[in-house]
Amino acid sequence: MILVVAEIKDGAARKVALEILAEARRLADAKGMKVGVLALGTLGGGESDRLAQHGADRVLQVSTEALGAYAPEEWAEAVRAAVDAAKPELVLFGGSALGKDLAPRAAARLRVGLASDCVGFEWDGDSLIARRPIFAGKAFARVGWNAARPRMATVRPNTFRPLTADASRKAAVESITPGQVKVRARVAGLEAGDEEVADLTEAEIIVSGGRAMQGPENFEILRKLCKALGATLGASRAAVDAGWIDHSHQVGQTGKVVNPTLYFAVGISGAIQHLAGMSSSKTIVAINKDKEAPIFKIASYGIVGDLYQVVPALTEEVEKIRKE
Amino acid sequence: MNVVVLVKQVPDTETKIQVKDGSVDLSGVKWIVNPYDEFAIEEALRIREKLGAGKVTAVSLGPDRVKEAIKYALSLGADEGVWLKGDGVALGDPLAVATVLAAAAKKIGFDLVLTGKQGVDSDWSQVGPMVAELLDLPHVSVVVGLELDAAAKKGVAKREIEGGLERVEFELPAVITAQKGLNEPRYASLKGIMAVKKKVIPEWSLADIGVDPASVGPEAAGVRVIDAALPPPRSAGKVLEGDPHDTARELVRLLRDEAKVL
Repeated sequence: MILVVAEIKDGAARKVALEILAEARRLADAKGMKVGVLALGTLGGGESDRLAQHGADRVLQVSTEALGAYAPEEWAEAVRAAVDAAKPELVLFGGSALGKDLAPRAAARLRVGLASDCVGFEWDGDSLIARRPIFAGKAFARVGWNAARPRMATVRPNTFRPLTADASRKAAVESITPGQVKVRARVAGLEAGDEEVADLTEAEIIVSGGRAMQGPENFEILRKLCKALGATLGASRAAVDAGWIDHSHQVGQTGKVVNPTLYFAVGISGAIQHLAGMSSSKTIVAINKDKEAPIFKIASYGIVGDLYQVVPALTEEVEKIRKE
Repeated sequence: MNVVVLVKQVPDTETKIQVKDGSVDLSGVKWIVNPYDEFAIEEALRIREKLGAGKVTAVSLGPDRVKEAIKYALSLGADEGVWLKGDGVALGDPLAVATVLAAAAKKIGFDLVLTGKQGVDSDWSQVGPMVAELLDLPHVSVVVGLELDAAAKKGVAKREIEGGLERVEFELPAVITAQKGLNEPRYASLKGIMAVKKKVIPEWSLADIGVDPASVGPEAAGVRVIDAALPPPRSAGKVLEGDPHDTARELVRLLRDEAKVL
């Protein structure tokens, strides 16, 4: 079996879980394996069927009551208990903040190998090979696991496309009961940011500003473009280190590595650390007044011009086609 | 409070990565302290300064060159450093690395282990939580704010998640991994740099920390890198120049009709 670990929010699995299910299905079908989902939290009505429709054969669930707010020790034990019950060959986690925190704890608990932030998988006979970025995407490594089972991996969001729902598929919910563990760290509260906006690592469209933004106030024109596009705001290290915008917006080697469908680099010259973090974006747009800026060498489309004129004009044009 | 800081040496982030014969060619690379570990070192020093007591010990695992990373931590103000010789350790396997670091931290003794949220070379983001699990301790990762109550042996950490922050309450001892934003790392003072010359850095082998070489060697490695390659090169596309309104209109048309991303 291939087991997909799904974070549950308000009864529903995160989008990345459906993305991973599609890849799990492909890998399982090649080997005649089953696909399971481990839901960490109580599923809402119809959600187990939705998971089945997107590729799951079995749905295991640890209830929200059994788990409580996120606590790495307790949740790693839940993963261990599910592995014990389902004996999977491979466990896939979403590369979310929670998945990246939980997976290494669970892997150490089971003393098995974990490949992080994978963007591709292939069978080589009975060996599985994962592909993952290293040096923030300046290079890619192929990695393999030793004989210990299950193999574990976290998968980068936005990498795989969910399957089209097959309405004929259904799955019953099987309950998993973790063992008792000491819990000495637990989430006690949230300081939510803008919930309406997708995180950089999950965003379909990103608009990033760099040194040429000149100050925090000028990011306002980028926020307007973001709003028109439904995009998430990013920034270069130069803009973050200047204190114009919070580091949680930073794209690059000491920030987030992103792979949206569409990336706008506005007033960003294209330092190597920044290019590393965004060069796997499907389409890259550069807006810069310097025609020689390195960013143009990798941009799918570029506008040479003053961003203070180009960006508002662009926002207007996007609003026009969005209305159509 | 005694703090152990786990420090990794990595290629400078300015490095243009080259691949030779299927592996990353690191010859001639400039080595630096992992940027996220710098936040960990800084936080350890601030904790000691705030409490006016305790000890900061910087630990690094790897070949001879990693002594430079330990010296850097000492120059910033760490009290002691320990070099863990990497002979026979599968340094490409986070579980093996965490096993060695956990054993060393245990031998040193601590109330808190601090390290970066990830190394900016292999980008595994695994070692901190693994060390915690192997030592049966709580952990909080990707931390941008940390408050400790040494007397009550507990703390509160703010951890970065999608679109916000989580407040995590934890008990000490614990393992914390640092994210950018936790603090503003200091620079080494001349006095600090001079003081390093007098420090002796103990060299510990696996035997010194009671780790069975077979448990952390290449045969035991949970994951191994098969090979590496550069990403397919991107070529320059269409560049528009001229009136801002005309170029903006043309760009939107291209994004919609040609790239089909709008």
